[in-house]
Amino acid sequence: METVVIRSLEPLIAELRARGFAVVAPTTRDKVIRMGEIASESELPRGCGDEQEPGRYRLREGDDEMLFGFAASPDSAKRYTQPPSRTLFRMRGESIEEPEAEVPRVALLGVRACDLAALAVQDRVFLGGRHPDPDYRRRREALFLVAVNCAVPGGTCFCVSMGTGPKATAGYDLALTELAGPHRFVAEPGSACGAEILGALPRVPAANADLDAAEEVSRTAAEHMGRRVDTEGIKERVAGAHDSPRWQQVASRCLTCANCTMVCPTCFCTTVEDSTDLTEGAAERIERWDSCFTLGFTEVGGAPVRGSGAARYRQWLTHKFSTWFDQFGTSGCVGCGRCITWCPVGIDVTEELANLP
Amino acid sequence: MGAPRRSSRRSSASGPGGARPRLAVWKFASCDGCQLTLLDCEEELLSVAARVEIAYFLEASSAPGPGPYDLSLVEGSITTPDDLERIRHVRRVSRRLVTIGACATAGGIQALRDFADVREFLSVVYARPDYIATLDRSTPISAHVPVDFELRGCPIDRRQLLEVVSAFLAGRRPVVPPNSVCVECKARGNACVMVAHGTPCLGPVTQAGCGALCPAFNRGCYGCFGPMESPNVRALNRQLRELGMSTPELVRVYRTFNAAEEPFRQAAEDADPELLDHETAPEKAPEKAPGKAPGEDRGGRR
Repeated sequence: METVVIRSLEPLIAELRARGFAVVAPTTRDKVIRMGEIASESELPRGCGDEQEPGRYRLREGDDEMLFGFAASPDSAKRYTQPPSRTLFRMRGESIEEPEAEVPRVALLGVRACDLAALAVQDRVFLGGRHPDPDYRRRREALFLVAVNCAVPGGTCFCVSMGTGPKATAGYDLALTELAGPHRFVAEPGSACGAEILGALPRVPAANADLDAAEEVSRTAAEHMGRRVDTEGIKERVAGAHDSPRWQQVASRCLTCANCTMVCPTCFCTTVEDSTDLTEGAAERIERWDSCFTLGFTEVGGAPVRGSGAARYRQWLTHKFSTWFDQFGTSGCVGCGRCITWCPVGIDVTEELANLP
Repeated sequence: MGAPRRSSRRSSASGPGGARPRLAVWKFASCDGCQLTLLDCEEELLSVAARVEIAYFLEASSAPGPGPYDLSLVEGSITTPDDLERIRHVRRVSRRLVTIGACATAGGIQALRDFADVREFLSVVYARPDYIATLDRSTPISAHVPVDFELRGCPIDRRQLLEVVSAFLAGRRPVVPPNSVCVECKARGNACVMVAHGTPCLGPVTQAGCGALCPAFNRGCYGCFGPMESPNVRALNRQLRELGMSTPELVRVYRTFNAAEEPFRQAAEDADPELLDHETAPEKAPEKAPGKAPGEDRGGRR
């Protein structure tokens, strides 16, 4: 199907809802753009922008008509593919029940190129090995992805360096580029399902001027990255920095609070917790988000392997930019900048990489 | 809760003769809020009462049952010579002793006396100071007797209390993660009040357990659960100053319910090094008694 122009997202939202999808899109909540379920285009953050820098985020309310004039929100698709906690099994006496969680069909509207890249990384992690995760697969297959090409990158973005954006090139069902004057969206299907849904919407064929304008949006965005990383030889460089004094320096600032890993769209580490309730013989095992920044994460025989903050920061950064390649054949970083913005003390991973020998 | 015996499912929890384990709840210097948490369990309270015999709980029943007890929950700090005697008695009659709340685990808000001269307070507050027998310092239970587990919070969290009691009944170690509040704050889906609003927050140096309650209501964390497993208070202090906090304000946020916990004591002193000069009792807290809980053995604590 051809690339088309749609004037409003209302018919798309209605169509997705009619097909049984919960439409999850950017909304403003507590002065932050968050992903939340919407029923109408009017719930999108019209005119809103964001200022993002290390350790700082501010929502800017404007008065233009743009619906996606901001960068990545703290919520990535991870929350939907790998929820913060889930029950693995319940047991009572001899009987064990593995609850198959009800997986809602979710249409993520406003997914960015970095998020799509992160989903591709997650796919390798959860589905690529000898033990694919059926729960992840169910959640992943229940997603309908409407990408929006970034027009206004944030101050902590560096997708261009990581080769993941700002234009969505694969992994979506529909890709939109928002244009002004008049306000409209260039829409391109990326899957059969996407084409079918697009075919059901009021639309006009995209003129060359529309396509050019859309290209210009991505070109301009690429020129406005807030951060950059020199990825030349990065895998070897990070691996070779094992004994750098730099780790101690960053550890003097690092809170080991784990915020960076919680907001990272590819950080996948979890722990399992067993509980027994007050009913005799009943137990439950849950899986929940964990982080290489907690001490319990490497506790062996009652003591953590990576006790110091320096060891834990080194582990995280080395995994993302070096050993991830060995393990999954790709970088663990997609350049979304979330770990920089949402670090309470503003540790900048691009700066740390630049300062390594 | 120590090494669980594996001979039978209830071995570590059963009382003599296979009867229900007997529970006691004790109070020292405290506000009663933590033991009230047990009564607040409402829905689960009947299940608790079905699994354990609540033998001694003056807050709930004026009929104290005699010891010994299989599980003692101890609230409050040690502040009087009488407390010193009584806690030893409690330890003697308790198979397992779990302290609950910031008073019992850290000395509580009343440990602010540690930073001043308690005799001055006596002369100012009481008409007849000579009637008052009090100690110079407010100390946690673990400074005096071995403690099997310390449950933090001011007050403690209801779900965590149930977890500790359930763990005791099953003879397993309670799942009470000592990581930062941020971990549960992000899992809950809160906006970071520090990054997004510029609101000072102790979450990054505070132990989880409350469910990130205050940030969920757009408030900064007050540190009720005390220092997390590897708190970097200096780094946080620098950022809190960036956000506009003054030296007295910084001292004040650490000098609350867990003021005497070593990392928070250091945090206040990092904020205002002059505290060391003009405070009357800056000496280090006494070493905790041997035999402390496995949950307290945290490699990263300074």
